Amino acid sequence: MPTISVGRDRLFAAIGQTYTQEEFEDLCFRFGIELDDVTTEKAIIRKEKHLEEEEDGDDEEVIYKIEVPANRYDLLCLEGIAQALRIFNGLQEMPTYKVVNISRKSMIKMHVKPETSSIRPYVLCAVLRGIKFDEVTYNSFIDLQDKLHQNICRRRTLVAIGTHDLDTLHGPFTYEALPPSSINFVPLKQEKHFRADELMGFYKSDLKLKKFLHIIENSPVFPVIYDYKRTVLSLPPIINGAHSAITLKTKNVFIECTATDLTKAKIVLNTVVTTFSEYCERKFEIEPVEVIYSNGKSVVYPDLSFYNMEVPLSYITGAIGVPLEADEVTSLLNRMQLCAEQSVSGDSNSNITVSVPPTRNDVLHPCDVMEDVAIAYGYNNVKDITIAKGYNVSKGRAVSLKPLRLEEFSHLIRLEMAMCGFTEVMSFILCSLNDNFAMLNHEGDRSNAVIIENPRSSENETARTSLMPGILKTVGQNKGHPKPIKIFEVGDIVLLDETTDVGATNRRQLAALYCGATAGYEIIHGLVERIMLVIGLVPPDDNTTFYLKPSDDPEFVMGTQASIIYKGKRIGTSGIVHPEVLNKFDIPDPCAYFELSIQCFF
Amino acid sequence: MAEEAILGYLAKNQEIADSGEFAAQHGLNHDDVVNVIKSLHGFRYVDAQDIKRETWVLTDEGKTYAASGSPEVQLFLAIPPEGIPLEELQKKLDPLLFKIGRAQAAKNKWVEMGKQLVSRKVQHVNDTVKDLLLQIEGGKVIDQDDIKALRGRKLIATQTWNGYSVRKGPEYAPQRKKFAADLTREMLQSGEWKNLEFKEYNFNAKGQPIEGGHLHPLNKVRHQLRMIFLQMGFEEMPTDRFVESSFWNFDALFQPQQHPARDSHDTFYMKVPAITKELPEDYVERVKRVHESGGYGSRGYEYDWNRDEANKNLLRTHTTAISTRMLYLLAQKPFTPKRYFSIDRVFRNEAVDRTHLAEFHQIEGLICDRGLTLGDLIGVLHDFFSRLGMSKLRFKPAYNPYTEPSMEIFSYHEGFGKWVEVGNSGMFRPEMLLPMGLPEDVRVIAWGLSLERPTMILYGINNIRDLFGHKVDLGLIKANPICRLGVD
Repeated sequence: MPTISVGRDRLFAAIGQTYTQEEFEDLCFRFGIELDDVTTEKAIIRKEKHLEEEEDGDDEEVIYKIEVPANRYDLLCLEGIAQALRIFNGLQEMPTYKVVNISRKSMIKMHVKPETSSIRPYVLCAVLRGIKFDEVTYNSFIDLQDKLHQNICRRRTLVAIGTHDLDTLHGPFTYEALPPSSINFVPLKQEKHFRADELMGFYKSDLKLKKFLHIIENSPVFPVIYDYKRTVLSLPPIINGAHSAITLKTKNVFIECTATDLTKAKIVLNTVVTTFSEYCERKFEIEPVEVIYSNGKSVVYPDLSFYNMEVPLSYITGAIGVPLEADEVTSLLNRMQLCAEQSVSGDSNSNITVSVPPTRNDVLHPCDVMEDVAIAYGYNNVKDITIAKGYNVSKGRAVSLKPLRLEEFSHLIRLEMAMCGFTEVMSFILCSLNDNFAMLNHEGDRSNAVIIENPRSSENETARTSLMPGILKTVGQNKGHPKPIKIFEVGDIVLLDETTDVGATNRRQLAALYCGATAGYEIIHGLVERIMLVIGLVPPDDNTTFYLKPSDDPEFVMGTQASIIYKGKRIGTSGIVHPEVLNKFDIPDPCAYFELSIQCFF
Repeated sequence: MAEEAILGYLAKNQEIADSGEFAAQHGLNHDDVVNVIKSLHGFRYVDAQDIKRETWVLTDEGKTYAASGSPEVQLFLAIPPEGIPLEELQKKLDPLLFKIGRAQAAKNKWVEMGKQLVSRKVQHVNDTVKDLLLQIEGGKVIDQDDIKALRGRKLIATQTWNGYSVRKGPEYAPQRKKFAADLTREMLQSGEWKNLEFKEYNFNAKGQPIEGGHLHPLNKVRHQLRMIFLQMGFEEMPTDRFVESSFWNFDALFQPQQHPARDSHDTFYMKVPAITKELPEDYVERVKRVHESGGYGSRGYEYDWNRDEANKNLLRTHTTAISTRMLYLLAQKPFTPKRYFSIDRVFRNEAVDRTHLAEFHQIEGLICDRGLTLGDLIGVLHDFFSRLGMSKLRFKPAYNPYTEPSMEIFSYHEGFGKWVEVGNSGMFRPEMLLPMGLPEDVRVIAWGLSLERPTMILYGINNIRDLFGHKVDLGLIKANPICRLGVD
């Protein structure tokens, strides 16, 4: 969930209402955003620099950190939040965003060269005319682009935004893809010219920009936008040119979004222009730009058309479970920034016609409309009605249920083990390859283990193929515990398995360990027999049930170990743990251990 | 023996004036008598008053003479009637003994120390020193002059003698009652238990710690939650499948391929086995379509859906991957309503801290039926959470790619004095359910929460590593109480 920092006082001014913190928290809660933290600029800086707390001066501006839903790009800045809450509170009507009606001829043009298709095929543009920035709105404008880059743009891989002072440029513009050595310009915040290939090297040490280099670095051509006079506007998705940088004095802003994902580029462009058209001379009006491809095809952006949906009233009320009239529903939807009207239709079924504005790209399906009705109505009002009328407990209920054998059986085995005086442990599935193999004296064969591609630490390299590493780690961590230590675990291991769709399978295992003044294999042996007895198997009278067969596994001492054989198959191991293994797990006392698969017993 | 003598004597007599005399009269060791008196006094059978006396005891030298005779007598007896040369007499006796004996014998005028021979002056001598020493050893009183003489020769020394005078005490009885510390098999068999009184126990002392087996607290809570689900008519889903394909974990849930949760920063992807080999192709086709262009009334996400991305194996990030498989299976047969639940492990490739681990347990419940409403979801959440002791709930709108509406569940925690988030819930999106083939009017309401968080709150544990994994203290597992969730 993205978090947006906004000045409290400016936010309240923009909403047109002042709140106590508690009131504001409540408003956020009802609307579906969250006041995550209350701080000040100085406190944030102190935190970054790890400085001591100090008293905040009264004059310091209070900053609200607000968490917004990940699919609400329109809420990624103060302007968006304020507008949404104003409309939610009924303090404002929904604005109507308009693309200025100008002739194709007089439109600013962006020509797309075919080479761009190999690296970053889409470019979308628009112009905000007569904008008035002050320091705060200017910063908000920059922050919004930053938030969009971080979220929907997936760190600029899908979409990158460039904003320019149009008055420093001369259209028409071209979007090209050229060899890096042939691109040369002064990038933003620099004073000298760089060749694009040199610039990539230069930014390798730039903390912010180095993360984006990989997007184009290995391409033979880099995307670049020029104006008519060959001034570089930007080298997307890395950096803009210094020449066209916007300032507080900028009046006319040229916005370009380059992208690999056209849908998201449209959303990003629409979000930027609709949000900041509020500050334009002609409020909520956006000037279009024609994007012309080399094959002659052309598209005009931005596309601020509404998306229309017919939603039956019965669907909305049926899904929420609260009876509502059509006019109630339409006014609730208006508070959520969705234009809605009751459709006049011949039959008795009332329909709601919903027009989804370009700011609400999160609305995909009538269920999203239904949710907005529920939010505006109030989840907790739905709750009160539900509680009052009682909910129908029979829905989805089966007449008679079957238990899940694996879980029931495992539970019974756990109880048996505890009744035998053993204490249950729960260790991690994830472990290192070293834990799972070398630590158990298994150097060679790793063929049965799954391997994780992207572990953050060596602790998460694989999923255990036996319960042994977790149990031995537990003993190593509990050296001070009074002896004897008697522990067990019932849990899953993961093994490669060609016969399943994903190529791996879980197995449920039972393992127990005894650790005392002597290894006490006889106790482990007795425990195996006890478990077999309670499962219903008689100790070794013939080979049809189970028996112990001497084995030579490296984790146990030779001569003191045996495989557990059931119906002719090896289902487990047992023995005195090898002193080298004990040493690796930092265990000073002798231990005996057994582990078996309980999967075969049901 | 001493006890019987004392209690018996007091039955007939007023008092024992002197325990020393009493011991001597009855042929008892005075130390034994003293011990018995102290014990009887403690139990108030008798009242005892201290008596202190100076008495004489033999020194080591005195003890030797009391046993083998005084040096002068030994010397005298060593002299034959015809006399003996001094050198020979000297050889017969210990040098110290000879020295003392000669001096004392001379003083008593028993011997003649001639130039040639040492000879007897008297025919017969009495060993008065030995007799006196024996009398003192026997506790007899002797003449003051004799005392003086013996003391002068360092054969006796003073000692403080402690004794008692004894009378009946308030609890006097001719025979002491026996107090037993425990009941034994012998007492039962002999019938002795009838005469026994038991020593009063000190109930402030700790009992003996009980050895036994123990279940893990996390599993105890898990078991209670299973019982709650079963009581509510939910069926347990088989969740023993940690390795999952991206398709079942994400795509089938209408989670777009560029969603941040699918990032390698959040999800463990598999190197081996890297790719899933088998997916239901016709269903995959429908899922692809709903992502790319929608359908079922949806706009879709309008992007190019990539099959390779769906084939990537991972460690499941939620048990909803299993719920999805179960719903898909349900959709392949004529529709029957279902209530499902599961509690099992999920994996996140996230930074670990006091409350987050790379693996934890997810609790999930869902109901699948025709005509379910948001009100039904709220109702079942109330039922479920009330059983966990959380009956004060409120709901916050939230975002989740596969549920709409989505609600975060908050419960008022009396101890913390604030609302805390306890879970997530929602109705599964039609874009998820309809491609499976479920009827259009079937809705699914679902909720989820972690097992660790409520357990930590329940048992007052602050660090998740103190609850789960190999760093857990075995003492904690042994000490934790039964879990009464769903019982109270």
